[in-house]
Amino acid sequence: MNMLEVDGLGHTYKGKDGSHTAIDGLDFTVGAGELVCVVGPSGCGKSTLLRTIAGLIRPSRGTVSLHGNKVDGVPSDLAVVFQDYSRSLFPWLSVTRNVEFPLRTLSRTEREARAVEALAAVGLSTAGKKYPWQLSGGMQQRVAIARALAYRPSLLLMDEPFASVDAQTRFELEDLLLRIRREQDTTVLLVTHDIDESVYLGDRVLVLSKSPATVVAHLDVPLGPVRDQITTRASDDFVELRAKVAGLLQGAPVTVR
Amino acid sequence: MNRVTRTAQRWVVFAVAVGLWELVTQLAKAAEAEKSFFFPPPSEIALTAKDLWFSSAFGDHIVPGISRMLGGWALAGVIGIALGILLGRSRRAMAYLGAVFNFLRSIPPPLLVPFFVAAVGPTNMQFPTIVFGAIWPVLLNTVDGARGVDATKVETARVFRLSRAQWTFGVVLPSALPKVFAGLRLSLSIALILMVISELIGSANGIGNQLVRAQRDYEPTAMWAWIVLLGVLGYLFNTLLLVLERRALAWQPRHSLETQALATGG
Repeated sequence: MNMLEVDGLGHTYKGKDGSHTAIDGLDFTVGAGELVCVVGPSGCGKSTLLRTIAGLIRPSRGTVSLHGNKVDGVPSDLAVVFQDYSRSLFPWLSVTRNVEFPLRTLSRTEREARAVEALAAVGLSTAGKKYPWQLSGGMQQRVAIARALAYRPSLLLMDEPFASVDAQTRFELEDLLLRIRREQDTTVLLVTHDIDESVYLGDRVLVLSKSPATVVAHLDVPLGPVRDQITTRASDDFVELRAKVAGLLQGAPVTVR
Repeated sequence: MNRVTRTAQRWVVFAVAVGLWELVTQLAKAAEAEKSFFFPPPSEIALTAKDLWFSSAFGDHIVPGISRMLGGWALAGVIGIALGILLGRSRRAMAYLGAVFNFLRSIPPPLLVPFFVAAVGPTNMQFPTIVFGAIWPVLLNTVDGARGVDATKVETARVFRLSRAQWTFGVVLPSALPKVFAGLRLSLSIALILMVISELIGSANGIGNQLVRAQRDYEPTAMWAWIVLLGVLGYLFNTLLLVLERRALAWQPRHSLETQALATGG
């Protein structure tokens, strides 16, 4: 079953100094329970793509459907983890309150239960009473992930979620994401400019061209559900795939033909 | 540094200054220097102040004066914050109103006294004068703070489909709160100034009224006692507001609070 269907999606920004087409003619699907990575060069329109899927931007052309319903405005069962965790979290709320904040329609006990569960899933059970600024960057992004998980979205969008943390923390968070989606069967669309990350995390990788972004290639990643930062990254499949993605990104104009 | 040394450090210059003042005025008095009548020693001011402040003047003048000031400031605060949040989140409102507000704010507030005397009469004009003068710092600071909600928070709020109340009171207001408090502190000192100035004219009671009376009755020591009271009140209210601010902004890292307090004269 397709959780997400993107059909002929295109968006053109109209400004004073002419218009700029960020994405054009995008077609792809994401199945339920899949983790799909979208990789593309910087400034190619990845953020625009993510924002049109989230319903934050109304696309100029084409449609986005979430489990069959056309997206028009932000869907109620979608969550986003932004790159800038320090701005996305509310600094005046404790960690627990941050996670509970979007759950206003639930009862108090249910909110608390969800927060406890989500914070446990990201390994922050003891940090609930702290304020975000008292945590390291990687831990703050864990809070943002917990907030998204507690919301129980049908689709979790992640916008360069690990681009603002150091390499060591990034590896930890990547493994955290893989573990969570194994345990919770979450459907994830993750946007990144990091080739290695897209291959390491994805069940599939969508390679985008330079702006205006179109899909250059769909690649299946046959690395299985359990991956390891050292052995997986050293495996032949991984090395071959990352070379393929890198080639596609560099030679994007040639591939389009 | 412990609490005792910090308190000592804060007050040592003040104590030395008062001591010097006492010394100079006592010497001038002993030498029967010209004009020394107008500069009584602090010890005499203190005695007069004790008699004046804790006499019937407390209920007749001090309480009415403080009520005007705090009442006017509170009303200015409520209107300023409510309007500021509303206008700050509107895309166009400030484009239209910005110039008007900046013009009105630029009028030195004490100059509004003659207008309000003419418009509402000399005995009733104190309260509106304080409200009108004190509203601008809160209003404009709140607008500024409400506008400053960053794009990521706006998108986060939209993604999680926050309710209007959650957005206004849970995101915009707390985002604006540091600036709101900076505005409230400025407004408080303006309210104090306007309380006295507006009471100098036409008021039947109040601290300003007593200040003018002491001047007319040729009682410099009483005048000084009232002036000192204004200093004490200003210091006291500002300190109380800072305590409130520290509580309301307890979620902020401590150092940023202190920098703000310094920057806005808190």
